[in-house]
Amino acid sequence: MKKLLSGDEAIARGAYEYGCTFAAAYPGTPSTEILENIIPYKEIYAEWSSNEKVALEVALGASLAGARALVAMKHVGLNVAADPLFTAAYTGVNGGLVVVTADEPSLHSSQNEQDNRNVAPFAKIPMLEPSDSQEAKDLVGEAFRISEEFDTPVLLRITTRIAHAKGLVECSERQEVPIKEYKKDVAKYCMVPANAMKRRVFVEERTRRLAEFGETFPYNRIEWGDRSVGIITSGISYQYAKEVFGDGASCLKLTLTWPLPEKLIREFAAGVEKLYVIEELDPFLETQIKAMGIPVVGKEIVPNMYELSPEILRQKFFGAESAPNQVADLNLPTRPPVLCAGCPHRPVFYILKKLRVPVMGDIGCYGLGLQPPLEAVDTTICMGASVGMAHGFQKVGAWSGLDRRAVGVIGDSTFFHGGMPGVADMVFNKGGGVLLVLDNRTTAMTGHQPHPGSGITAKGEPTVEIKIEDVVRALGVEDVQTVDSYDLKAVEAAVRHALEYDGPSVVICRRACALLKGLPDLGKAVINQEKCTKCHACLRTGCPALVSHPDGSVTIDQTACNGCFVCGQVCPFGAIEKVGGGERG
Amino acid sequence: MAKVTNVLLVGVGGQGTILATRVLAGVLVEEGFDVKMSEVHGMSQRGGSVVTFVRYGDKVYSPLVERGTADLILAFEKLEALRYLPYLKPEGTLVVNDLALLPAPVLLGKAEYPYNALDILKQKVKDLVVVDAAKLAEEKAGNVRTQNIVLLGALAKRMDIPPGTWEKVVSENVPPKTVEANLKAFWAGWEA
Repeated sequence: MKKLLSGDEAIARGAYEYGCTFAAAYPGTPSTEILENIIPYKEIYAEWSSNEKVALEVALGASLAGARALVAMKHVGLNVAADPLFTAAYTGVNGGLVVVTADEPSLHSSQNEQDNRNVAPFAKIPMLEPSDSQEAKDLVGEAFRISEEFDTPVLLRITTRIAHAKGLVECSERQEVPIKEYKKDVAKYCMVPANAMKRRVFVEERTRRLAEFGETFPYNRIEWGDRSVGIITSGISYQYAKEVFGDGASCLKLTLTWPLPEKLIREFAAGVEKLYVIEELDPFLETQIKAMGIPVVGKEIVPNMYELSPEILRQKFFGAESAPNQVADLNLPTRPPVLCAGCPHRPVFYILKKLRVPVMGDIGCYGLGLQPPLEAVDTTICMGASVGMAHGFQKVGAWSGLDRRAVGVIGDSTFFHGGMPGVADMVFNKGGGVLLVLDNRTTAMTGHQPHPGSGITAKGEPTVEIKIEDVVRALGVEDVQTVDSYDLKAVEAAVRHALEYDGPSVVICRRACALLKGLPDLGKAVINQEKCTKCHACLRTGCPALVSHPDGSVTIDQTACNGCFVCGQVCPFGAIEKVGGGERG
Repeated sequence: MAKVTNVLLVGVGGQGTILATRVLAGVLVEEGFDVKMSEVHGMSQRGGSVVTFVRYGDKVYSPLVERGTADLILAFEKLEALRYLPYLKPEGTLVVNDLALLPAPVLLGKAEYPYNALDILKQKVKDLVVVDAAKLAEEKAGNVRTQNIVLLGALAKRMDIPPGTWEKVVSENVPPKTVEANLKAFWAGWEA
């Protein structure tokens, strides 16, 4: 039966069909929906791990225990997981192990753009790149087979336009794959120097065999057409090349893109007059093909950053202009993403802006706190960076006598992911930084996945709810405060106290994400137009439910308002009233 | 190459274009087309500008639509209709919801909303369909939450697919209690 599936959904389906019994992930766009779509399969154990490194280690443990295991993450997540990955490349596997990296060209929802194809030769593990949803499903099966046959983790590399693009997929029944026997084998699994040196040789030999395998791997295929032009391509770029060149060019579609099948590439190159490589981001194929001594044109024509598209290829190769209805002259307002109405991060950033303190941000919705009118965030680097940076920033002040007080701001899920070692470091090294944990009870940006503080597992079972207060106290922080994020006065008092406190200080600002289901009805905020002086103080909260009109008046969109009443707390004239709802619970 | 039809659904994150997209996809699969669609999830959904590309025909390669090639655009909001206008073919059809949602820079007084959006669209688009989805949803379907299906109905009339298929897929994709209201909404949009 054919179903319309996204690449992420297709990978989940592939995990089901090809006998995967174990899956782990940390949410991250555009990879999140892989595990989300695996969770409902009762045949597969699935967990949201606390971070990507842990997810990969958990999956490696499952593989050694004999299960087919799949682990998924976004491109920057693979940086976090690099440590176990690079040595799992030496140990190899027992049950098949597939590592999915979902890269995000054009960084729609990421802090950088990186081409994780480079990880395959770096870690020396084979890599498969699907070109559509059908291949995304099929290649999960191929990846498990290659993993077990060649004793290696396999990298399955997708990009946004595979992960989040839908296409038809032929679905089949599940093939049960029994859990393999576990045999202790320290020479293979204990990577102490003496053993690792031997496995290093195995890795080279394995790579040679994989390259040979790739020569006849059916997903590496030549599509002969007009021989005047030949195109070597992979992944989503294959679709763009076919769209633009049709069958008017010969095409070598590579799917096992590391190690490369050199003989197949030479055969193709010899059969065409002019050879191009069409690939998104880095000249990954191009550099390797040039190193084979084969003349090829690539990045001279095809851009090396941001997403490719058929339109870009058409313009670069044929100089074609399109778009009859230009609107550049209309100077249209942009529509950047904003913190939602009722977002519990808003009041915290409102106070931080008021206190004019440098804010070391982190990865999550609260990154949006950098935008006007709040403009409260100074930095955004990577998961967990807030606390270490706040500590380093503050240390310069302590060292020099200058005022370098800073506040780190981190979400609850990010705290469990990468924040805890930073807190330990700050305490250990006698720091005086301030960390605000914006605990909105979920992993919000990626769509509300549970985390170690949620009290519920990926499968929906109740579990231990790890309390952030307990964690930071256990890590040696003595000054720990908890406030309701919606209570502006309480937030301000707590942050002021923390900034004055001599030593590391943590403030947990707790209030559930306003988009979570099942929250108590807080009523609505309404502006009493008779009391309103049109001073626009409320607009400085940046709440999208507040609508300013050309005559200077302001109203509150009642369908958008979530009743947080932050606007009511900043109104100097008491003109904003609360209607309906219970007490702020 | 065999004919491929290109459709864009554009709007604002949180407006709920997802249901409309799901129904459209379901109809195209039901009719036996090869279908590809692409959207971007994540940060942009927090009140940002969102676009879904839908392509169908005998054989579809790219999931992305090129500018100047969209046969149909369904805009859930007027500013977004203008923003994605460069994607429309000269002879293409634009169905626009008569709704203005003010983006953050406008709310902060840093930019002007193009309140004359419909006038500009009338000048630039030969086949323009303006739908007051909120009004129709309320008056014809008795449920203001069926606006998406009203808009989908207006789009559906301009696609060469039997209405029975639409009715079937709409019914399968909305909560059972709201099937009747959503079918009324679909026809209200069809006749708009």
